[in-house]
Amino acid sequence: MNWHAVAAIYKFEMARTWRTIWQSIVSPVLSTSLYFVVFGTAIGSRISEVEGVSYGAFIVPGLIMLSVITQSITNAALGIYFPKFIGTIYELLSAPINVLEIVLGYVGAAATKAFLIGMIILGTSFLFVPMQIEYPLVMLLFLVLTCVSFSLMGFIIGIWAKNFEQLNLVPMLIVTPLIFLGGAFYSVSMLPDAWQVVTLFNPVVYLISGFRWAFFGLADVALGWSLLAILGFTMGCLLVIWRIFKTGWRIKS
Amino acid sequence: MISVRDLRKTYEGGMEALRGANLEIAEGEILALLGPNGAGKTTLISIICGLANITSGSVTVGGHDVIEDYREARRLIGLVPQEINLEPFERVKNTVALSRGLFGMSRDDAKVEDVLRKLSLWDKKDAQIRELSGGMRRRVLIAKALIHEPRVLFLDEPTAGVDVELRKDMWDVVRQLQADGVTIILTTHYIEEAEAIADRIGVINNGEILLVEETASLMRRMGSKEMTIELQAPLEAVPESLASYNLRQTGACTLIYAYDTAAERTGIARLLSDLSGAGLVLRDVQTRQSSLEDIFVSLVHQESPA
Ligand SMILES: Nc1ncnc2c1ncn2[C@@H]1O[C@H](COP(=O)(O)OP(=O)(O)OP(=O)(O)O)[C@@H](O)[C@H]1O
Ligand SMILES: [Mg+2]
Repeated sequence: MNWHAVAAIYKFEMARTWRTIWQSIVSPVLSTSLYFVVFGTAIGSRISEVEGVSYGAFIVPGLIMLSVITQSITNAALGIYFPKFIGTIYELLSAPINVLEIVLGYVGAAATKAFLIGMIILGTSFLFVPMQIEYPLVMLLFLVLTCVSFSLMGFIIGIWAKNFEQLNLVPMLIVTPLIFLGGAFYSVSMLPDAWQVVTLFNPVVYLISGFRWAFFGLADVALGWSLLAILGFTMGCLLVIWRIFKTGWRIKS
Repeated sequence: MISVRDLRKTYEGGMEALRGANLEIAEGEILALLGPNGAGKTTLISIICGLANITSGSVTVGGHDVIEDYREARRLIGLVPQEINLEPFERVKNTVALSRGLFGMSRDDAKVEDVLRKLSLWDKKDAQIRELSGGMRRRVLIAKALIHEPRVLFLDEPTAGVDVELRKDMWDVVRQLQADGVTIILTTHYIEEAEAIADRIGVINNGEILLVEETASLMRRMGSKEMTIELQAPLEAVPESLASYNLRQTGACTLIYAYDTAAERTGIARLLSDLSGAGLVLRDVQTRQSSLEDIFVSLVHQESPA
């Protein structure tokens, strides 16, 4: 393993985050606060409780997931798209490094940033709703796995994208709807039966369900399935990335 | 040091950029690759450095196959690409340090300082790339390529857009590297440069390496000379009696005679006497050694009679 290379890429990418630290922090905090005002206060005053949890608290895990997933994807996608776009990718291709090292550096940095933002949003939530986290370690595990797997997915999107429009296409057209329909702001059990079945094909449901279980001990699907789903998703992404570098698809001519 | 065997490269669109290139480069030499736009110089370098896939053939660097043993092979190589690819908001010092890390070497601030000083970039170490001039950016690329102490350095048109002063500095750096035993491959369109700095010159056109030869012997072998003859009085046409000399008339009073210095008889003496026999009076005679440029142009034309 070329650990120096992994560290070099990771530090270089993190430096970009520190350079834009204020916009990195302020915008998620602001948008989360807005969600709290709209969903928590306005709507929450009509829906008082979901399965024994106040609506304000109930949406916290979903809100965190929403931000963490979007952040992971956009950070990782931009992280690898940018070198491709301005040409500095020549350096990665000509260096004595392998796929794993490149992925560890880029995905590691993107996931770290998303994780930090997730924690910041969690902190912000405490300002709005009193809440207790039942299983903090499971919560952290889900958060980390989500950051990593969606950063991997973002990395793939970044390699696939040929322009900035495509870079935003997948997050906007696929991921955001999946999150909104994935029970971020409601419990799946609140849906009509038929829709509950359809929902089971949405991978984000498993994530949010598991994550919410860590907070309140309630879940739409069994915890085991949640873990399995996210691990499977991670492995799938890794496989795709390995293939990409093996063939040089969209990075080598 | 580098061995390219039967290398072919067909790009996705069907463009055949390399058609069976063969090349052996010895350790410590400076090889200049000359060729017109689109000849395949950058493609050749890209393949050796891992930026492009091989269609068929093989390449080894320092005995390591560039695909099978890519780690060992690439560790030996420093690449200065033709395009200036740098992140505009990055600082000089950091981007150079990144390159070192990528090549698996630990951080070494003294080495960074040393390289930046050699390239007269030390006072710009904290500047952002976007604040640098084009020539400075090119030197940053060179610094990035040298920071991991490569044994082979590729310079793809390093002097494009670089002023005379800087170009001189750059060649000083190149000579210093050669003194340290580094093998250097460069491409350039400035033919005098190749002539002045390279030990050997390779000519590439249409994806084929036409020849690789020692600079001096190439100059000698191909060394044709031209004699410019200035006449006292204007001439309507070259007289019939001089037809065998293939004289070119470039002005009313100017004739050019091309001859080969390596030939047994240059024919100069006979020409001069025939000239006076035809009643022409000379005012001045000059000879000129053909430059590498002429050699190059004649080679390329032999290859593709258009
Ligand atoms: N990525 C690519 N995809 C398709 N064709 C390419 C690609 N890169 C180069 N080519 C083609 O391959 C041929 C060789 O290009 P190359 O860049 O190797 O030339 P070069 O000798 O470096 O020229 P120059 O002196 O202009 O830099 C050209 O015809 C070019 O159009
Ligand atoms: Mg080129």
